[in-house]
Amino acid sequence: MLEIRNLEANAGGKEILKGINLTVNPGEVHAIMGPNGSGKSTLAHVLAGRETVTVSSGEVLFEGRDLLAMPPEVRAREGIFLAFQYPVEIPGVSNMYLLKAAVNAVRKHRGEQELDAMEFLALTKERIKLVEMDPTLLNRSVNEGFSGGEKKRNEIFQMALLDPRLAILDETDSGLDIDALRIVAAGVNALRGPKRAMVVITHYQRLLSHIVPDVVHVLAQGRIVKSGGKELALRLEEKGYAWIEGETRGAAAASRS
Amino acid sequence: MAGSTKTLEDLTKQDYKYGFVTDVESDTVPKGLGEGTVRLISEKKGEPSFMLDWRLKAYRHWLTMKEPTWANVHYPPIDYNDIIYYSAPKSASDGPRSLEEVDPELRRTYEKLGIPLEEQKILAGVAVDAVFDSVSVATTFKGKLKELGIIFCSFSEAVHEHPDLVRKYLGSVVPYSDNFFATLNSAVFSDGSFVYVPKGVRCPMELSTYFRINAADTGQFERTLIIADAGAYVSYLEGCTAPKRDRNQLHAAVVELVALEDATIKYSTVQNWYPGDKQGKGGIYNFVTKRGKCAGARSKISWTQVETGSAITWKYPSCILQGDDSVGEFYSVALANNYQQADTGTKMIHLGRNTKSTIVSKGISAGHGQNTYRGLVKIMKGAANARNYSQCDSLLMGDKCGAHTFPYVEVKNSTARLEHEASTSKIGEDQIFYCRQRGLSTEDAVNLIVNGFCREVFRELPMEFAVEAQKLLGVSLEGSVG
Repeated sequence: MLEIRNLEANAGGKEILKGINLTVNPGEVHAIMGPNGSGKSTLAHVLAGRETVTVSSGEVLFEGRDLLAMPPEVRAREGIFLAFQYPVEIPGVSNMYLLKAAVNAVRKHRGEQELDAMEFLALTKERIKLVEMDPTLLNRSVNEGFSGGEKKRNEIFQMALLDPRLAILDETDSGLDIDALRIVAAGVNALRGPKRAMVVITHYQRLLSHIVPDVVHVLAQGRIVKSGGKELALRLEEKGYAWIEGETRGAAAASRS
Repeated sequence: MAGSTKTLEDLTKQDYKYGFVTDVESDTVPKGLGEGTVRLISEKKGEPSFMLDWRLKAYRHWLTMKEPTWANVHYPPIDYNDIIYYSAPKSASDGPRSLEEVDPELRRTYEKLGIPLEEQKILAGVAVDAVFDSVSVATTFKGKLKELGIIFCSFSEAVHEHPDLVRKYLGSVVPYSDNFFATLNSAVFSDGSFVYVPKGVRCPMELSTYFRINAADTGQFERTLIIADAGAYVSYLEGCTAPKRDRNQLHAAVVELVALEDATIKYSTVQNWYPGDKQGKGGIYNFVTKRGKCAGARSKISWTQVETGSAITWKYPSCILQGDDSVGEFYSVALANNYQQADTGTKMIHLGRNTKSTIVSKGISAGHGQNTYRGLVKIMKGAANARNYSQCDSLLMGDKCGAHTFPYVEVKNSTARLEHEASTSKIGEDQIFYCRQRGLSTEDAVNLIVNGFCREVFRELPMEFAVEAQKLLGVSLEGSVG
């Protein structure tokens, strides 16, 4: 579904991604872990098409097509969803209004009939249960005055509505208390399926005990330095990122000798 | 951010969609301004002598005045002798009595503008007094309004049919000596609308006038006078578009509102005059004096305006809160795109006790646009317990535009309470990206964000008008973000 080859990217004049290789197949959940500044969010932004990040080399294929050639809205309509680490506030625009426009943009792109207000309302009522979100938030301005937890639930709720093929969750666990984490994770798990892939970006193992990944990658200094099964996350939690960094330095030294 | 600045620039480059000229024979007086011009206009309109006298007083006073320069707008000097002061479509001089009598060319123009002058208006519940150039050419719904005793007609007609009302209220809010442009208007105004709602009557429909400047080089000087007698209610809509033109056109209108005891007047404007091309050439100069007087106790005047057009906008719809417990409101969205300049705001003059005013101003600047809010809240000595709430928000798109705020406050009574809030924000690249990541195009994202910014004002507009205003804002911003 997703193939990243030798991806290098910079932001603000600084080289951040230094050769990423990653393959994600339908139905898989990949976790990307790594210390602050390792390039996790930059990777998410490259996939979503943020203009503040410049790709200097490499390629990204989404279902065999050149993803980097598509503007962000086309990627979204093709089924790429990014749950933002910091969801933005849009004063005066009701959550409902934005979501209806979004859902219909995707439906139109797929050649499906656009939903009218009643059909959309029915859909929201059904999907909002997934994240146990307060329905009054639907009529409030997008993310304005939402608590950290409410913002993150709103992201997962949007994901449930938009029915993406590839979902990228950028530190969805940050700022969540344990109960909110459990609810958000349950929502994400309910959306797992054979046709949908997910890339879960996180600092901490704790999210991964709720959303159990198929593959875990460790990102450090712009490269994936280690990949493994879910047990890799546990070892990381136990030993810290310094362990990986030490190990990779050792490996680099060994390969030079 | 470099990428988004460029895209902001791109979205501002949209041609004026309503630029066209209608071929209609015009009955025009020669260029230039003198006492003779004033007499000629009055004579052509067959006015009684009190009107001519009033015009002449204004003209003589105007000669002693200087064009004001305090506004934050810049334009080449206007040659007042190079303007045609009166132009009426010829076919209208006989006075059409029904739509069928209206010049078909005129009607096609209205249709191009999407003005539903015909049967659909009944469904929309709007009576139209359409001003094409300087003379009203069609008025509908008169019968219905007449049953309630409501007068809704052209100003010229009011001068003939209701001279006592005109005489009593004309200049009672904006005197002929008020300011340079209002005084000029008083001397040469051609036509406009007149509304009188009698005691205790609630006008059952929105009254609406579409103004449209057409004949080349014709300054347009309308005059509107609305009177709501004790306990009456009226909602008035004003909307405008003008054809594309290469010369700046001067527009100096005067609107006077009078609300007597317990009366309410709601005045809504959507203004979309030609703003000039992308280099700023050609647009309308809009120097308007709008003022309402809450003359009676518990009266209320509410101004709502959406200003998206004109090369220069100079406009301060104001309220004189004379009656005790009277209320004044001003809700405004002003957009300055490309090289547009807008200097707009309001004056709230508190005279009576327990008077309240609310000001909500939303300024949007894009391209090279310069947007200025200029407001005055004045609490006079006798205005015990007066209250004002002001909120001025500016939204910037791109890095070549400007937003300026000049809130003036004068308080002469210590029991007054005033609040002022102001904010300036840039339309965020992160907001646009968030919307695009959800599948919206950049243009839709910008429209969404801008409409959200303006929501507090739009919700004050009557329903159909709010929809129109949103569309207009979209059209006006197309090309300013890509």
